[in-house]
Amino acid sequence: MSVRSTLLRRVVATAALSMALGSTQAFSADRELLNASYDIARELFAELNPQFVEQWQEEHGESVSIKQTHAGSSTQARAILQGLRADVVTFNQVTDVNVLAEKGELIPDDWQSRLPNYSSPYYSTMAFLVRKDNPKDIHGWADLAGDDVALVFPNPKTSGNGRYTYLAAWAASNHDNGEDEAATRDYMKKMLANVEVFDTGGRGATTTFAERGIGDVLITFESEANNIRNQYGPDNYEVVVPPVDIMAEFPVTWVDSNVERNGTEDLAKGYLEYLYSPEAQRTLAQYYYRVNDDEISEEFAERFPQTTLLRIEDAFGSWEDVMQTHFTSGGELDQLQRR
Amino acid sequence: MKRIGDGAATRLGLIALAVIMTTLFLVIPLAGIFYQAFAEGLAPFWQNLTSNFTREAIGLTLLIALLTVPVNLIFGIFLAWLVTRFTFPGRRILQTLIDIPFAVSPVVAGLLYLLLYGRTGWLGSILSEHDVQLMFAWPGMVLVTIFVTCPFVARELIPLMQAQGSAEEEAGVTLGASGWTLFRRITLPNIRWALVYGVILTNARAIGEFGAVSVISGSIRGETINLPLQVELLYQDYNTVGAFTSAALLAALAIVTLMIKALLEWHTHRREETA
Repeated sequence: MSVRSTLLRRVVATAALSMALGSTQAFSADRELLNASYDIARELFAELNPQFVEQWQEEHGESVSIKQTHAGSSTQARAILQGLRADVVTFNQVTDVNVLAEKGELIPDDWQSRLPNYSSPYYSTMAFLVRKDNPKDIHGWADLAGDDVALVFPNPKTSGNGRYTYLAAWAASNHDNGEDEAATRDYMKKMLANVEVFDTGGRGATTTFAERGIGDVLITFESEANNIRNQYGPDNYEVVVPPVDIMAEFPVTWVDSNVERNGTEDLAKGYLEYLYSPEAQRTLAQYYYRVNDDEISEEFAERFPQTTLLRIEDAFGSWEDVMQTHFTSGGELDQLQRR
Repeated sequence: MKRIGDGAATRLGLIALAVIMTTLFLVIPLAGIFYQAFAEGLAPFWQNLTSNFTREAIGLTLLIALLTVPVNLIFGIFLAWLVTRFTFPGRRILQTLIDIPFAVSPVVAGLLYLLLYGRTGWLGSILSEHDVQLMFAWPGMVLVTIFVTCPFVARELIPLMQAQGSAEEEAGVTLGASGWTLFRRITLPNIRWALVYGVILTNARAIGEFGAVSVISGSIRGETINLPLQVELLYQDYNTVGAFTSAALLAALAIVTLMIKALLEWHTHRREETA
């Protein structure tokens, strides 16, 4: 080997090592907070975190850094059970936070009462993304069961997004026909039969609808529907919010066992409380999430059509009941899909 | 005598078929990656390439490769030496065991490690008491990459060392050479090229590994995301240009690796001819 190639090797090795080491020391913050979040919230928290860091610096004179991890919230819950040291969780499924209490005893059972609005700083609902000028005339859940309407939404068995769609359709139908369960089952059968593609997750469903051009209606969170519309061309799609809909909570909590170990309890609480502040609520509303702050809601009123929102707990009892009755194998969903 | 496929038409047809298949399945997708990366011009490409998160993903990818390659280099030589130069009970079983990482799906490998080293795992619970975090941190990612890539060097060396036999080394022993001298002066020069080849394959796989690391990464941005994970993450994020920028980076690394490989092959070939 020549001297030159040896030298080259050394330079490459040193560069690689310094880059790798540098990457872990890029921030010289005093404390770190790890936020485990759902998969489509990346941009949202990329905007919220610097605002919080700045505010915390001003109020406490401490520089902190927020790290993010994003994946399906069930995946995140499982990772935390397996040892991912997230200080706080910001999920889009109440059930996935419950798992942390039930299976891991990492948080207390009454976690929902620790922060305002059932620990949900923002919420959303299900919306219909339809093609330009709404050619199939879709306005409410009942229209989805019509003849010649092709639906796209993720599989309720594998996706929380799909689960909400299923539950919203059920609850809205029950609401409209005065709790006539037989009529609701009939409706659900027709509606589920109209599904053209059952993707496993929200991203897949979006691709199916927007890129492959399949289906007349994509059903997803209102926030997602608006983002997809902006992404794929506001002129090509319309967002329709039905008059009766489900309340989709976005629960947050700190993970007690992890903040204890990391010494970040005050920081974790401060971070989650920040999400309720007017500044954060404005950012959330800009991302098409509905918020509880009255002034901000009013400011963004034209973004969020009026609708009657039903809570899962009011319409179905509890999440535990919902999972048991509807989504276990052989449950309501399986029976409805049997032909 | 006329063999099948000797006719000019058949030959042309087969060549055309090979060219079309290669273009369709290899060249076009590869070109597509670069096309997509530059689809919105140079500026977005550059912006994605130089973003903090991409830089950190590159850093982590290199760190994993940098730690994986030496470990498997030593492990591979040791194993090949053991299997080809000594006979002992269980030798054949050992030779089969080496292939386990090839046979097992990387996702399964990741899950195995998670089961073992996770918070509730057998070893993980002990480590957790001593505040050692392997899973959802870069050491775990290095660990599974080492597992997934450990057969490459040994698999390259074993057939060669078997074919070469131990005659030269035995001669060395009769002349009074020590074990280390034997290895350094006889074994190593003989297996040099196979070794380099094994390292290249190990390196390529370590850089591109997705399945196993995705299970145990926890995908903490700027901390446990390597380039392949970054590709998926950006794609999920509707950042097509970003995803394809990282993909192009990986593809470029692969192409460089293959070029080094081709160069080495050419080099060996020439050496053999002159020898």
